[in-house]
Amino acid sequence: MTWRYARRYAPLVTMPITVPAYGKEAAGRLASMADVTADDGALRRFLHGLPGVDAVGLEARAATLGTRSIKTTAKAYAIDLAISMIDLTTLEGADTPGKVRALCAKGIHPDPTDRTSPKVAAICVYPDMVATAKEALGDSGVHVASVATAFPAGRAALPVKLADTRDAVAAGADEIDMVIDRGAFLSGRYMEVFEEIKAVKEACARPGGTSQTESGGGSAAHLKVIFETGELQTYDNVRRVSWLAMLAGADFIKTSTGKVAVNATPPVTLLMLEAVRDFHAATGVQVGVKPAGGIRTTKDAIKYLVMVNETLGERWLTADWFRFGASSLLNDLLMQRQKLSTGRYSGPDYVTVD
Amino acid sequence: MSDRLSVFKTYKLYVGGKFPRSESGRVYEVTDSKGTWLANAPLASRKDARDAVVAARKAFGGWSGATAYNRGQILYRIAEMLEGRRDQFIAEVADAEGLSKSKATAQVDAAIDRWVWYAGWSDKVAQIAGGANPVAGPYFNLSSPEPTGVVAVLAPQESSFLGLVSVIAPAIVTGNTVIAVASEDSPLPALSLAEVLATSDLPGGVVNILSGRTAEIAAPLAAHQDVNAIDLAGADAGSAKDLETAAADNLKRVLRPGTTDWTADPGTDRLLAFLETKTVWHPMGV
Repeated sequence: MTWRYARRYAPLVTMPITVPAYGKEAAGRLASMADVTADDGALRRFLHGLPGVDAVGLEARAATLGTRSIKTTAKAYAIDLAISMIDLTTLEGADTPGKVRALCAKGIHPDPTDRTSPKVAAICVYPDMVATAKEALGDSGVHVASVATAFPAGRAALPVKLADTRDAVAAGADEIDMVIDRGAFLSGRYMEVFEEIKAVKEACARPGGTSQTESGGGSAAHLKVIFETGELQTYDNVRRVSWLAMLAGADFIKTSTGKVAVNATPPVTLLMLEAVRDFHAATGVQVGVKPAGGIRTTKDAIKYLVMVNETLGERWLTADWFRFGASSLLNDLLMQRQKLSTGRYSGPDYVTVD
Repeated sequence: MSDRLSVFKTYKLYVGGKFPRSESGRVYEVTDSKGTWLANAPLASRKDARDAVVAARKAFGGWSGATAYNRGQILYRIAEMLEGRRDQFIAEVADAEGLSKSKATAQVDAAIDRWVWYAGWSDKVAQIAGGANPVAGPYFNLSSPEPTGVVAVLAPQESSFLGLVSVIAPAIVTGNTVIAVASEDSPLPALSLAEVLATSDLPGGVVNILSGRTAEIAAPLAAHQDVNAIDLAGADAGSAKDLETAAADNLKRVLRPGTTDWTADPGTDRLLAFLETKTVWHPMGV
C-alpha cells in the first residue's frame, strides 16, 4: 500500500524538477545513475533486475485503452494534434530530390484547400536528402529528421555510423533517428550498445553550438533511438532496451524502422511509455516516444494519443515529446478532418498521392 | 417426432467479401406481406456505408482491370450458383412480396436469366459503346468505354430480387464496383444473394450489400466524395431530389428513379449509364 501511495504521489513529493532530455541539466541527472552504467556487469545486473513484464496484463491494458470513444470536438482536437506530431517519412531507395521537395511542401501545408490545418512536426529522410529537405522547408518551423547509423539494419562499423551521423548533422538535420545494434543487444553486449548511443549523441552536437537551446541554428540535433522492437523477441527486452537508451542519453525512443514485418504495436508502445514514465519518476528527465510503422488510420492514431495521456499525462501531448513516424497516416487524418468540417465523407481523390 | 430445434438464420451485411453485423449493432424486424415476422435484418448505419465505400474502392482496381472475358465468366458462375439455390430464392421472394409459388418462380427465373443476359454483355459492350471515330487528319481516333468507378445503388423497393439483380448486374459487368442498398421492407433475398456472390469467384468488395432504412444510408452515400455514381432506382420521389443535389457536389453520375417494369426487356440503358468514354488519338504514320 505504502509503495502504491509512494508511486502515486511521487511526482508531488519526491520527484526532482523535470528537465528535458536534450537539456544541459539532463547530463547531471544521468550522472546520478552512473553506478548502474559503470561497467558491463553493473549494467547487466541493473537491466536484468528490472521487473519482468506481465505480457497478458500489458496487452489487456493496451486493448482497453483502445476502446475509448473520442468524438466531435475532442476528435477534432485529436486530429489536429496528431497531424502536428507526424514525422512525415520517405525512406525509399527510389527517393529523388523532387519527391522530397513535394513531401516538404505537403508537410508545411498538409491540406492545400484548408490553410487552418496544422503543419507536421518534421520531415524524415535519408541523410543524403537532408540538405534538399532543409532548403525546401526554409523557416517554416518544420524540422528535418534524418535516419543515420546505417539505417535500417545498423550493420556497419562504429566509425562509419558516426560519420553517417556527422554528415547528416552537418547538412542541417534537426533530429537524428539512429538504429541500435540489435545483434549486440540480443547477444547481451549491453555496454557496447550503451557506448554506441553515447557516441552517436556526441556526434549530434554541432561544432560551436550548445546543446541546451531548442533546436535551431547552432544547437545539437536531437537524438531518437530506434529499437526495432519487432526484432527484440520479448517484452522484457523492450523494457531493458528502453532503460538502456534513456540512460545513454536518448532524447526520444522510437519503436521501429518501418522496414520489418512487425512495427509499432499498441502494447510495445505502452510498454515504452511506461518506461519513460518510470525513468522520469526516477531521474526527472523527460524523454519522448515515437511509434513508427503500421499506423495508418485516424482511429489508430487516436488510440495512441489516449495511451500517452493515460500513461504520461498532458505534458507529453505535444510534438516535442510524442511523434508518429508515418506517411499514409497523414492522408487519413486529412480525410477525417475534411469529414468533420464539411459533414460528408471524403475520399483519396482529395488528398495528395505521395 | 418433429422435435428438432428450428435453426434460425442470422442475416448479415455483405461488405468487402465478409459478412459483418452492422457497426451500430442494430437490427430490425422483417415481416412478410401479411405482417408475420420472418427474421431480423441488420440495420446498417452511415458508418457501414462508409466501410462499404472503402471496400468497393479497394476492389475497383482489380475488377476493372480484369479482362472482360474473365468478368463474364465470373458472372456466369454466379448464375450457376443462383440456379443451385433456386428453391431458396423462390421461397424468400414468395414471402417477401406475397406472391404465389408460381409467380415467385417466374420472378426468380427471370432474375437468373437476366443475370446471364448481362453476363454476356461483358465483352460486347465495347462494340456498341465505343469504336473508331472518323477524323480529318492522319490519326486513328478510338473511343472505348471505361467503368465509372464506385457506384451506389438504391435497389428497387417493390421488386426484392428481380429488381435487385437488374440494377446490380449491369453496373458490375462493365467493371464498376457496387454498394447496393437492399429493399427496405424485403431485404432477405438481397442478403441471401450475398451468400451466392461470396461463393462464386467474385472478388470481395465488388458487390457490397447493406440492409436498413434506405433514406438513412442513401444520404451519406450521395454526399460521399469517393462515390462516382448513384442509381436512385429505390429512392422515393421526395428524397430523390435531395439526393441528386447532394450528389452534384462531386459530379456523380445520377440515374433518376422512374417507373420501371422489371419484368420487361431491360435494354442497355443501365449498362451504359455507368460508363465513361475514353478517347485516344493515335498517329497513323506516313
